[in-house]
Amino acid sequence: MTKLVISAVGPASSVQDGGRHGAQRYGLTPSGAMDRLALAAANVLVGNAPLAAAIEIGPFGAAFTARDGAVRVALAGASRNADISGHTAAFNTSTTIADGETLTLGFARAGSFSYLAIEGGIAGEPMFGSLAVNARAGLGSPYPRPLQAGDELQAAAASGAAERRIDLPAVTEAPIRVVLGPQDDEFDDVQKQLFLDSEWKISATSDRMGYRLEGPVIKHLHGHNIVSDGTVDGSIQVPGNGAPIVLMPDRGTSGGYPKIATVISADLGRFAQTPAGKVFRFKAVSMAEAQAEFRKSAEFLRTLPDRLRPIESFDLNIEALQDANVAGAAVSAVDAGTWSP
Amino acid sequence: MSATLPPPRLLPSGDSAITVEFSRNIDDAANQRVLALDRTIAREPIAGVTETVPTYRSLLVHYDPVQIGFDALSEQLVALAQLPVPPVTTSRRWRIPVVYGGEHGIDLEDVARTLNTTPDDIVARHVAGDYRVAMIGFTPGWSYLSGLEKSLHMSRRQNPRLLTPAGTISIGGVQTGVQCLAGPSGWHLLGRTPVRTYQLHRDPTFLLEPGDAVTFAAIDAKTFADQDRAAEAGEIVAEMIAA
Repeated sequence: MTKLVISAVGPASSVQDGGRHGAQRYGLTPSGAMDRLALAAANVLVGNAPLAAAIEIGPFGAAFTARDGAVRVALAGASRNADISGHTAAFNTSTTIADGETLTLGFARAGSFSYLAIEGGIAGEPMFGSLAVNARAGLGSPYPRPLQAGDELQAAAASGAAERRIDLPAVTEAPIRVVLGPQDDEFDDVQKQLFLDSEWKISATSDRMGYRLEGPVIKHLHGHNIVSDGTVDGSIQVPGNGAPIVLMPDRGTSGGYPKIATVISADLGRFAQTPAGKVFRFKAVSMAEAQAEFRKSAEFLRTLPDRLRPIESFDLNIEALQDANVAGAAVSAVDAGTWSP
Repeated sequence: MSATLPPPRLLPSGDSAITVEFSRNIDDAANQRVLALDRTIAREPIAGVTETVPTYRSLLVHYDPVQIGFDALSEQLVALAQLPVPPVTTSRRWRIPVVYGGEHGIDLEDVARTLNTTPDDIVARHVAGDYRVAMIGFTPGWSYLSGLEKSLHMSRRQNPRLLTPAGTISIGGVQTGVQCLAGPSGWHLLGRTPVRTYQLHRDPTFLLEPGDAVTFAAIDAKTFADQDRAAEAGEIVAEMIAA
């Protein structure tokens, strides 16, 4: 049977998918990919369901070898050097690893997590509808723990389908948008402004449970203990030392620190990809705007397959040309909407 | 119809969850309203609501903003939350065996000293309690129980332990709890149960539900060892004494 062997891997790499939902009332956290859009892009490239299980690769390098057959894969997410037997493997593009060849990945250059999807998905035993690794609960399949060198994933033999690429919009560097609450009334206006106006960095001690933030100390109005209540991905809790922690997919399902704000769903993946030490800011938005962005990204995910392109084509990418500011402004010969300045 | 109850506070937890808060404190009446709203939503599902998570004082309602917006859902939740709370008809009552003290409950002697009494007296008071699962959270199966007798209320440890054993029965603040997996805890460890409130390949995977009634029964170390083996093999070990 064809398989993909993990020849080398750093810490913080594991099988992840859309997560397991419905058991938070029993203390079971959803887990799932840190950057769902990148997971979906990789999956769609090889014909999988967008939130099927794939390999989430942490910031360090990794190597994957096809055994007993060729394996068709796709890479998306944090870019890094990638090659198969000396030939560059492009991101956001499907590619086939021939039997015995190795896909070698360097350190993440921009971002933290890359996704390697395997055509046909990953074989495993779903638990609560998911293969996602949650190491603390001993959940995940085929390995209920982060990947280690020597692990093997059963794979479908490569279909031989034409390779494809996917057109994704450039990632913005805009502030990470938040909705204030649920416990923003535990902070006075000065502290809320300090949170929103300051530059922040993600601490190197961050992980899939939470991202610790480095910046000014945020002081509570009535102390840092509240009676535990439920958490979500993106909850920004402020513990006693005043250094906020943004809860990520392996979070505890409840927590006893006041939560000043919550990262909007549409920005969670981009936030998860922010490398440790890089300066960023938050921006408060209204519930209406946050929910409009949620619906937009749900639609984006739904229509992701429309962005697949044959690899040979040289489609004129108007947006990319405009971004590059070639000749001041690019216009399309076919799209009249771009003609007027 | 009786007078409507005071409305809960509706707090946005991002763009796809609402915290329906009945109290800021640990409060049995608030917890009953939480569990009542949870049951109401389970009985009459609201389109777009994907998951509910009861805690001591609030119900976290996860939803899909593609199907329902914040304002529309808030309106429905406020209306449902003000319906009279039906009398607590606890459907299930569990008796959970516990071996107290010694290596199984390393804080029992300290707790007795702090409260100026004997370890046996602490065990007698803990076993006499009539508890209810107020919430399950933090890690899988960690069940927080309300109903701890006032004389056993104690502030948590100054220095939380990074690792406490699976099955630990402990007290902290005004609560007692059944911990399933080994993990960190700042509570005082009274004993251990062989019962797995969460076990992956067992049916049911999760034993306790929020709202279940719980009593404890003292067992000896030999019984614990026997039941622990049985539980590891998939037996439930806890006794359901009312359903």
